[in-house]
Amino acid sequence: MRDQLAFSNVRFSYTGTPILEDFDLRVKKGEFVSLIGPSGIGKSTLFQLIAGLLQPEQGEIRLGEERMEQRLGHVGYMPQRDLLMPWRTIVENAALPLEIKGVSKKEAHERVRQELPRYGLQEWADAYPAQLSGGMRQRVSFLRALLSGTDLMLLDEPFSALDGITRLDMQEWLMEKWQETGSTMLMITHDIDEAILLADRVIVLLGKPIRQPIELHVSIPRPRTVGSRNQPGFLALREQIWTLLRTEQSRLQTLGREA
Amino acid sequence: MTRGFWFGTSIALFFVAWEAVCRLLAVPPFILPPPSAVVLALWELRDALLGLHLWATLKEVLLGLSVSIVFGVLLAFAMKMSRVVERLVYPYIVISQTVPIIALSPVFILWFGYDLSGKIAVTILFTFFPIVVNTYDGLRSTDKEMLQLLKTMGATRWQMFTKLQLPSSLPHFFSGLKVAATYSVAGATIGEWLGASEGLGYFGRRASGNFQAPALFASVLLLSVLGMLLFWLVGRVERRLSPHTKTKRPISR
Repeated sequence: MRDQLAFSNVRFSYTGTPILEDFDLRVKKGEFVSLIGPSGIGKSTLFQLIAGLLQPEQGEIRLGEERMEQRLGHVGYMPQRDLLMPWRTIVENAALPLEIKGVSKKEAHERVRQELPRYGLQEWADAYPAQLSGGMRQRVSFLRALLSGTDLMLLDEPFSALDGITRLDMQEWLMEKWQETGSTMLMITHDIDEAILLADRVIVLLGKPIRQPIELHVSIPRPRTVGSRNQPGFLALREQIWTLLRTEQSRLQTLGREA
Repeated sequence: MTRGFWFGTSIALFFVAWEAVCRLLAVPPFILPPPSAVVLALWELRDALLGLHLWATLKEVLLGLSVSIVFGVLLAFAMKMSRVVERLVYPYIVISQTVPIIALSPVFILWFGYDLSGKIAVTILFTFFPIVVNTYDGLRSTDKEMLQLLKTMGATRWQMFTKLQLPSSLPHFFSGLKVAATYSVAGATIGEWLGASEGLGYFGRRASGNFQAPALFASVLLLSVLGMLLFWLVGRVERRLSPHTKTKRPISR
């Protein structure tokens, strides 16, 4: 299958601190990949590189078939905070990326209204974000990212601000959406269970700078539910990732003490 | 019981207390006239007060405020768009907050004369800075993450300005405008004190010189009402332009 995203030999440093070195990453079209790693390792930097907010110092980043310097406007980004504009209604918020692409307001709003029922938001079309619950707002944010009109979605800890129950609901919901839309998704998370449950592949980011990420395939059959977390395969993976992260943490702490 | 009811009750009680104090303590009317005398004066002098002086002051206030809004907002935009303009202008904006503008008013009269333009100039002096400072702060306080999000959507600088920075600065602009609206009445009044032949400020000062306390209080009353009306009007426009801020207040408590 074709690669939707490919990093080859990418180097990037942030204010003198190397973040990525000889970094390779491939995401196939239609794949769901989770990224997990200790905080501060540069996951957000990675996303900013993919979205085109940053450029690599060396190496190349491909989106689809071609090498793209100008990636802005090609990648759908769903941030941790929903970042809905409080002065825009739900329809107006979701239509924002279409407006920016130059679609007329009328047409953009019509397209959003057609989508809203699938998100359970049709009754809230003309409400303001402040009137919605956290889970609903994240669904609007997801739709907005999807309408950025791209085949690659970046989800940056999308559910970390939600309460536990809503979070489980949203995880199942996201799996459904992924299957429905067939888009390629790359998700950052701090939650090991979430990383495994949703993904075809979990990528564990380790090291400073990150050189070779560790890739783990999730072979739990789909469709999955929140209950899939109790399968033996799941438990083994969780243990493996946990060990990797814990070893890395103590290694970094030792390094910190020596420095 | 609505808020309007309580506001009305509070005002009514205030005037009743004022009237009672004047009558019971037999305060000399040239020191503090009772509200009944003020209303009487307002009625007797209605032609001069409402026909001539209120109109003159209103003209100064509205013209001065309009000029301040247009140029204040433009200057705030320019500072946001250009580093150079910001670096050159911002220090003065900050300093201007500490200069007693009343002391500067005679200078403006000296430059712009004793006719209408002088009063408008003083009104601008009072209203310009709150508008610039607040609008500029509003433009600067845009959520950085939202800006980044718009960037990932491929937004141009102009789109980021119109779709994000402008709307998110509106509440700041309006709080500046509310301050400016009340200052504008003070500005026009001071402009008239410094030399005028009409206007409520001129009228009040003349009444004060002649110990016509009820007439003086009548002009003060009209000036206060004018300030309140302007403030209310700005609030109306703000709510009109930002429907999402309509909060559901509990009706009674």
